[in-house]
Amino acid sequence: MTVDEPLVLGIETSCDETGVGVVRGHTLLADAVASSVDEHARFGGVVPEVASRAHLEAMVPTVERACETAGIALHDVDAIAVTSGPGLAGALLVGVAAAKSLALSLGKPLYGVNHLAAHVAVDQLEHGPLPEPCLALLVSGGHSSLLRVTDVTSAIDPLGSTIDDAAGEAFDKVARLLGLPFPGGPHIDREARSGSSVAIDFPRGLTSRRDLERHRFDFSFSGLKTAVARWVEARERSGEPVPVADVAASFQEAVCDVLVRKALDAAAAEGIEDLLIGGGVAANSRLRSLAEERASKLGIRVRVPRPGLCTDNGAMVAALGSSIVSRGHAPSSYDLPADSSLPVTSVLAD
Amino acid sequence: MLLAFDTSSPTVTVAVHDGEDVVAELASSETMRHGEQLTPLVDEVLRRMTITARDLTAIAVGVGPGPFTGLRVGLVSARTMAYVLEVPVYGVCSLDALAIEAVDSGTVTGPFVVASDARRREVYLATYDDAGLRVSGPDVQRPADVADSIAGRPVVGEGAALYPDAFPDARGPRRPSAGWLARCVTEERVELLDPEPLYLRRPDAEIPRAPKPVS
Ligand SMILES: [Zn+2]
Repeated sequence: MTVDEPLVLGIETSCDETGVGVVRGHTLLADAVASSVDEHARFGGVVPEVASRAHLEAMVPTVERACETAGIALHDVDAIAVTSGPGLAGALLVGVAAAKSLALSLGKPLYGVNHLAAHVAVDQLEHGPLPEPCLALLVSGGHSSLLRVTDVTSAIDPLGSTIDDAAGEAFDKVARLLGLPFPGGPHIDREARSGSSVAIDFPRGLTSRRDLERHRFDFSFSGLKTAVARWVEARERSGEPVPVADVAASFQEAVCDVLVRKALDAAAAEGIEDLLIGGGVAANSRLRSLAEERASKLGIRVRVPRPGLCTDNGAMVAALGSSIVSRGHAPSSYDLPADSSLPVTSVLAD
Repeated sequence: MLLAFDTSSPTVTVAVHDGEDVVAELASSETMRHGEQLTPLVDEVLRRMTITARDLTAIAVGVGPGPFTGLRVGLVSARTMAYVLEVPVYGVCSLDALAIEAVDSGTVTGPFVVASDARRREVYLATYDDAGLRVSGPDVQRPADVADSIAGRPVVGEGAALYPDAFPDARGPRRPSAGWLARCVTEERVELLDPEPLYLRRPDAEIPRAPKPVS
């Protein structure tokens, strides 16, 4: 099927958000999200079984809401796209099963797509066609990757990723240490505004000369998290108050510094002039400003979708589906598996 | 045309009932992998009947109890299809379908019990009268804890065969079939439920304690 401006419905259930988006070509028509984040907050992290149960309950109402907002009838869609991986296996499975049933009932093609590629494709809804090649830095509670995107529908090469915690996980863990609520990102960001980013010199993971030989474009945030914990404990032991704003700002600076430094190094190494930042952590205000500040000096353009499109959502899946349909790729079959560790090199499942 | 399926056991089973009887029935060749096998089986059963999903007038789905992941595949599929096709969706306790099959096929005569595998050395268990109407359950039980109270009654389903000490009188059938599920609903012989999974267990999740010191 080749359609210039396909009407695509996208489903995303890789973690705790049930997302259903509708796009026509690169125009966003609806982006309905039901989040189970409140149910996870008391556990301090996403509980897979709780997320899976919530996806089942939210699925049909969220599809309904997306169609209403888009002002379309389900029968009008040209294709159904769904995240088939990577993500939480049980959570992915609910979205994939729903997408198959939609495709079968409507008699429309099904496209099982890669969640990371969708984080890249979503920017087209806001800033128009992607410059290809571009370099993508994807940072969230589940991933921290540097990707070379030659063709967002078929050719994505991983340059580096985290070797331990995801960047967003580090934000959540440090927030907990500081007594801030889950998810930690927005709270750290807010606290950091009144703190000093140079108050404490926290370590920058995998930036020593030796590490750079083996892990030039990889990330590590586990050591940073431990360093913050040690620092806070030492303070508490000495009976002094913990300067929450300074810890937040210094920690955030350490994360953003490494992310931006490595992303720009990768762009230079690959000879790429466009950097796209996506994933939930892309909503962090310091990451955006630091990337723009340093990239402009190097003549590199930075694209960051607005925060609502950076976090997991159905519109990103629909946006990727739309590009895939436009470029004439063959649909997936009904035995499409949910693959919790789907590699980013596999943009579209058979 | 009623489409029925059940994903509460390791086997995925799909059937079409035309109002008179079951006209097509398929079961998965492999166990588990419900998410990969259900839609291809539905597609194939419709093709065999040379009908499309638009010809369906109702959906029936087994709501368990059973392993959660498989159950959700069946339930989200049933709900989504019913929503798109604008047809009713009926939930049926999967043990009830086994009970009706046991009665109609004559493997039991008097009162009996149905038990399926709940893993963790437990069974999902319900008791039935001689006509196959549910009297109690379903609940999660340890076989040894219920052996005395149900002694003397035959036990239908996979749970019986797994625990011969507690359930010495095991009878067939072992796993629910969509064909019997479809008959139960069409003949109005079971309680019709909302398409909600019978989890019977809470999610395993612990509220974290304060962070451990690192130094
Ligand atoms: Zn994501």
